[in-house]
Amino acid sequence: MKPHRKIYMIAGYNTVSMGTGRKEFNPKKERPGIEHYLKEAGQGTLMQMGGASHVDEGVVGNFMSARFNKQAHLGAFLGMIDPGLRLKPAISVEGACASGGLALVTGIKSVLSGSAEVVLTIGVEVQNTVKAIYGADILAGAGWFQRRKEGQAYFFPGQFSDRAGAYFEKAGRDKSRKAFARWYKNAIENARLCPTAQEFDNNVEDLEKQGLTEPNPGSFTEHLNVFDCSKVSDGASSIAIVSEEGLKRCSISKVEAVEVVGIGHAADDLTALPDDLTRLSTVAFAVKQALDSAGISPNDLATIETHDCFTIAGILGVEAIGLAPEGKGADFVLEGHTARDGKIPINTTGGLIGWGHPTGATGVHQAVTIWEQLTGKAGASQINIPNDRPYGLTVNMGGDDRTVVAIVFKKAE
Amino acid sequence: MNYSEKLNRISVLGAAGKMGSGILLLSALEVADQMMKPENKGQNFVLNAIDVSSAALSDLMVYIKEQVLKVAEKRTVQLRRLYAHRTDLIENRDVIDAWVADVMSLIRPGTRIEAAYDSTLIFEAVSENAELKTNLFRQINQNNPNQPWFFTNTSSVPIGGLNESARLDGRILGFHFYNPPAVQKLVELIAIPENSADMNEFALLLAKNMRKVVVPSNDIAGFIGNGHFMRDALYGINEALRLKNEMPLHEAIYCINRVSQDFLMRPMGIFQLIDYVGVDVVRFIMKVMDPYMTDETLHSTMLDDLFTKGVKGGQFANGSQKDGILKYEKGRPVAVYSLEKGEYIDFSGFAEKADEWLGELPAATISWKNLVKSPEREQLAAKAFEDYRKSETKGATLALAYAQRSRQIGLKLVSDGVARSNKDVNTVMLTGFFHAWSPVNEFVVK
Repeated sequence: MKPHRKIYMIAGYNTVSMGTGRKEFNPKKERPGIEHYLKEAGQGTLMQMGGASHVDEGVVGNFMSARFNKQAHLGAFLGMIDPGLRLKPAISVEGACASGGLALVTGIKSVLSGSAEVVLTIGVEVQNTVKAIYGADILAGAGWFQRRKEGQAYFFPGQFSDRAGAYFEKAGRDKSRKAFARWYKNAIENARLCPTAQEFDNNVEDLEKQGLTEPNPGSFTEHLNVFDCSKVSDGASSIAIVSEEGLKRCSISKVEAVEVVGIGHAADDLTALPDDLTRLSTVAFAVKQALDSAGISPNDLATIETHDCFTIAGILGVEAIGLAPEGKGADFVLEGHTARDGKIPINTTGGLIGWGHPTGATGVHQAVTIWEQLTGKAGASQINIPNDRPYGLTVNMGGDDRTVVAIVFKKAE
Repeated sequence: MNYSEKLNRISVLGAAGKMGSGILLLSALEVADQMMKPENKGQNFVLNAIDVSSAALSDLMVYIKEQVLKVAEKRTVQLRRLYAHRTDLIENRDVIDAWVADVMSLIRPGTRIEAAYDSTLIFEAVSENAELKTNLFRQINQNNPNQPWFFTNTSSVPIGGLNESARLDGRILGFHFYNPPAVQKLVELIAIPENSADMNEFALLLAKNMRKVVVPSNDIAGFIGNGHFMRDALYGINEALRLKNEMPLHEAIYCINRVSQDFLMRPMGIFQLIDYVGVDVVRFIMKVMDPYMTDETLHSTMLDDLFTKGVKGGQFANGSQKDGILKYEKGRPVAVYSLEKGEYIDFSGFAEKADEWLGELPAATISWKNLVKSPEREQLAAKAFEDYRKSETKGATLALAYAQRSRQIGLKLVSDGVARSNKDVNTVMLTGFFHAWSPVNEFVVK
């Protein structure tokens, strides 16, 4: 979808991604709930855009608060964030781990429809309320429940372990596992540069060696180890989606904004099995849609935030985006092209594996990261954005390649 | 021997005690594994949890359920396979709950000994009293037509004596867990010549299935673990008494506790370990062992005095440390009991002086916590002792003598025929007592 009207994003904010890895995280102690994260992220954005009075509507992206927190009806929390938001229209949207991306798309559509000039968009998830083994049940809701029984204890790690196994057949196990370990290393090294990242404090010396730990099918999965997986996270991210008029209303100059120039959004049949385990076909479809609508090719991108819920998803993503031919994503990663000093730096603050994966927040977090990079606000994790490639891409995936939101951003002019 | 059939009907005596509850848990998990095997379908398994205290049995059931749940959460990958046929169990939570219910359904808590009359296997973990044990064994044996096997958790009473006094015809062996049984990896197996090969084989298999490290010990009072610990403790107590000429006894206790922890790089000092086990228990074990000693006396008047004054140590139900020879805050010793004054004296009043008297820890000394994690722990410990030999501080001198005594005790356990090898002694100390380096070594006497 090509926006028929100028759309910008401004005033991004991320809370810390809280969970194992953070020094201050103690699973045995009481922790802030979902309200805390909504409030911190929402206020973080409002503060940068001149307050709640500028907001027309609100959208909250969340996956499973109804089970993780026994809490639904998240749209109606906006008035808690700031009394100035009371009685303004607000909704929450859900599409598994693409909920954040759906929140962005929903906000964009509001602005495109003309019903709003400024939409406050927040993604949130608080997952550490249950042990991982029960969290796996909750997250399995992103798949078809009729298949839960045949799935593994750690349902999604199991699904992507199967994908990894199929990929090994195609690209070779040794090389693939090395690429997974490299992906992990890049993720952690990037996270160390970002103070809100869950792995910010990680000080493991030999990350690739750790990443190469042999998977244990007796306690986890056949082809993936825990380092191949994204984190269990509590966190929220927030950003405002605005029109030209909205920009003026908030008195924010274009230098502080990114423009949305291409959108891809696709959902495939949840009850169907993937045609080919080594392909993320919905990702490929949505990314193509986004790039085509923006009128650019993958080579025009300066940076990408891709949905690496697992290392294998990162590598299949590289292929689906079109950076490497099928079966060559592992080589592309091993050749260093996705590292922060590579051809196309990917997940510059750690991605889902390094920064964290508060599921419903992830799509928004990706947008905030691209906004930071394209506007020079990324601090220690800032990469160079070449003038001839002023574009960034986010790829947010729900379930096993079922719902995908891809957005192309451009430095605003 | 039919392994699973032997596990059909088990009774744990003293099931609500610290050792008994762990043994019950391990037994329940092993029986559950057997129960789930397709080839054992149709077999009926029962696990009697017998204890004199009805109230303690209620707490026991809560504890066991919590522990079984934790195990289920760790084993969910396997449990999903086990329950693959159960179409009603879909989520992990469903599978976990089902397994916990299945395991709990094995356990029958009760206060009546009669429940053991149809058991095939008896685990005994009642208090360390030979007469009580004998009476229980005899009573069950006389009323039980199944010729049950008796596995006693005694840490000190000779098995041969129990066999004779309870007239068990060799159907008894020592199956000595370490505290707490669910966590500690070590089991000392004490066989006697009258045992059938079948029974010994079964015991070994059971211990292995419980994921234990098995060390065989000969049937000499105290076996390997207490054989070392009691002598080591006596040495520490006597060292403190010896230092009385130079400082008040409470300061000497502090010094020896520090030497045996920090300088010896052990998980806790000897007086803390006595408190951990319980002053009363240590004293009692010495009493049980002493009559069997031909060339030494295992007795401490200091422990008698402490016991008389009600200083007992041991643990609260939640596992935290009770005050004993030392007083504890958040698990750390902060004061020491003065026999003369009948009260605790804070470390803060004298620790600085005592530490100065001991002298600085040599640079090569590593904390137990760090040493135990290192793959080169033996070499690193050897390096520290090299330093002790060169150093002239009191701490280093005391530590070296202490380590040499510990080594000597180990060697004596082998020459007395309690342990089969130095290696077995070391395994017991490394596994059962969490020592970071082998007490029977060459580097403390170089």
